[in-house]
Amino acid sequence: MTVHHLTSRDFKAKSTAALEDAVLQGNLVKLKDNFLARRTKAKESLPEFEDLRDASVVIKKHTIAHLDFYLEAFEAAVTASGGRVHWARDDTEARAIVLDICKQENAKTVTKGKTMVGEEIGINPFLEAHGMTPIETDLGEYIIQLAKEPPSHIIAPAIHKNRQQVAALFNEHHPHLEHRGDDDVDGMLADARTVLREQFLKADVGITGANFLIAETGQTVIVTNEGNGDLTQLLPRVHIALAGIEKVVPTLEDTMTIMRVLARSATGQEMSSYTTFSAGGRRKGDLDGPEAFHVVLLDNGRSKLLGSPTEDILRCIRCGCCLNACPVYGKIGGHAYGSTYSGPVGAVLTPSLAGLSEAHHLPNASSLCGRCEEVCPMRIPIPKMLRHFREEEVASGKAPATARRGIALWAWFASRPGLYRAMTSLGTDMLSRFGRKRGRFSSLPMAGAWTATRDLASPQGSSFQSQWAKRSKS
Amino acid sequence: MTEPSTSSPRVALLVTCLVDLVRPSVGFAAVKLLEEAGCIVEVPLQTCCGQPAYNSGERDKARLVARTMLDAFEGYDHVVAPSGSCAGMVIKHYPDLFEGTPDAARARNLADRTFELTRYLVEQRGVTDLAAGLDATITYHDSCSCLREAGTREQPRALLGSLDGLTLNEARDREVCCGFGGTFAAKYPAISTAMATDKADRMEETGAEIAVAADMGCLLNIAGILKRRGSKMQVRHVAEILAGDTQTPAIGEGEG
Repeated sequence: MTVHHLTSRDFKAKSTAALEDAVLQGNLVKLKDNFLARRTKAKESLPEFEDLRDASVVIKKHTIAHLDFYLEAFEAAVTASGGRVHWARDDTEARAIVLDICKQENAKTVTKGKTMVGEEIGINPFLEAHGMTPIETDLGEYIIQLAKEPPSHIIAPAIHKNRQQVAALFNEHHPHLEHRGDDDVDGMLADARTVLREQFLKADVGITGANFLIAETGQTVIVTNEGNGDLTQLLPRVHIALAGIEKVVPTLEDTMTIMRVLARSATGQEMSSYTTFSAGGRRKGDLDGPEAFHVVLLDNGRSKLLGSPTEDILRCIRCGCCLNACPVYGKIGGHAYGSTYSGPVGAVLTPSLAGLSEAHHLPNASSLCGRCEEVCPMRIPIPKMLRHFREEEVASGKAPATARRGIALWAWFASRPGLYRAMTSLGTDMLSRFGRKRGRFSSLPMAGAWTATRDLASPQGSSFQSQWAKRSKS
Repeated sequence: MTEPSTSSPRVALLVTCLVDLVRPSVGFAAVKLLEEAGCIVEVPLQTCCGQPAYNSGERDKARLVARTMLDAFEGYDHVVAPSGSCAGMVIKHYPDLFEGTPDAARARNLADRTFELTRYLVEQRGVTDLAAGLDATITYHDSCSCLREAGTREQPRALLGSLDGLTLNEARDREVCCGFGGTFAAKYPAISTAMATDKADRMEETGAEIAVAADMGCLLNIAGILKRRGSKMQVRHVAEILAGDTQTPAIGEGEG
């Protein structure tokens, strides 16, 4: 399997291509109409929704302020219930830990529930390179695994594909099954079930992510809508849960509070169809469950964010709501970002974790409209963080020189009000002489980025301030 | 919300650089509305709120420009802008921009005295009914800064609703960004244009004759798309509509 090398450096080219992708554009409109509209409905039908957001923020803030304490408490509780916690400083360590466990099991087939951390550490190609077969069991993830593509949305990984594309993929990869027509959605679902059921029963190791790590009980929690997570973690001999260290919460009750905003923010559901708690492996007398339970806790740059201007991003619960609300994501989709995490949260996480030089486009490609912060259940001030990265880019001398010179020249004038008024008045007078009759310009030197696609309104005449000054004198 | 005042406050107009340079008629409309609401309006010498630098990561340059605004608006009872963006910059971002500097207190003080025009008229001056009338159907775009920084959403609608003959057709996605975003439009023109095109589509499909908003940035962007594709839809600032000025050629339209 080839793997797309993720990079944000060619964001401009990728976003332009995305804008011209008719299938993607159609799918993105549906995404907006579905998820966000349902979220609004769910919010409106729960009077305490805003209070729950506040309470969730308090829980996460407290946990992040005492992250070391809760992580160690979580480890102790996991160990006490017979599981094992592994600490991974970075993606390399995390992959090695997973590989080691799989090798001990002589694993051939590894089923996977949906895990963004798995994407972050690139676990699938790594396991393949070591002779194992990872199988994605979330339907969307399964589709993009067949397509050899990364997810384009945190909770709707195959949102960029339409049913015709899925039918083509299934027909190509399921030659032993019935040929499916473009609109035979039920048939395709049945095929996915048939294929995946075989893999569930064959799997030696099951890997899932975790929405929560409960320090009090040592449980990991996943929420899904397909039940694939349960089959992934219950049937194989070994269950590995991959999670970022920021996923820990103090208590079961805290989990319940945050869960009430999670599904509503993500899909507009009150609860996801399945909420699964994992507490250690099979105990004496248990009828099912894995023999061994491992939790891999990934840092990969997260602890560096503690005490930094982007610490608040550690509150993120990966609901994907900011993607659904973002007008930029809504036009270009997830792949254009060239990063594991896309959309507003990706525009903060990627430069935080991968560095600004790799991801400098992402915090810049935003109109700072603030809709992400408005809908974020964790009230993460994303625009403020995007601005922070722009400041860091300027401070490190990496901001484009022409833009910097332009701002410097403008600031020089704009901090001299008398001179500014005189100069701008001359400028608007001159421009309006050319443009007033028609009212607009179709092209203008230095404004090509604007006038390539938009007309530019002409100034009406002298500036307001010079007209006002004259009016006051007369 | 404070009680509408019956006295005559001394109000400084924060003209905004775009109104100052491109569309002075919005400034005059704002002055008219404020004077009719009993304010004594003055226009101190000013430049720009500093937002282009602030959003470009140039805090020092932003402070340099913003400090001239702190000076300009010293001593006025209130400062009113025909823009959610520039008002929002002062209200929400000046305290942050000047935090830890000798001007911190002045910045917070100015933030407390600054308002977006329609919100000011409704909440501070108790304006409910305007003299103007307009026999037209309009649609109204909520600017991001009005919604999320300046606290303006219902106020312009209340004022527009008081105009005789005016019909407001609400657009889908009216609270979604038009794609202007200041330097964003220049740095990522393809994405910006795609967003602006969606916005223009949503406004046109209401069947309204006039597209209205409270921010010149959005209006220039929306007009830019509409005029480029030859749309007959007019684009105007809410202050002009409220002040009864529809004689001035609409944004991007000529005198002929």
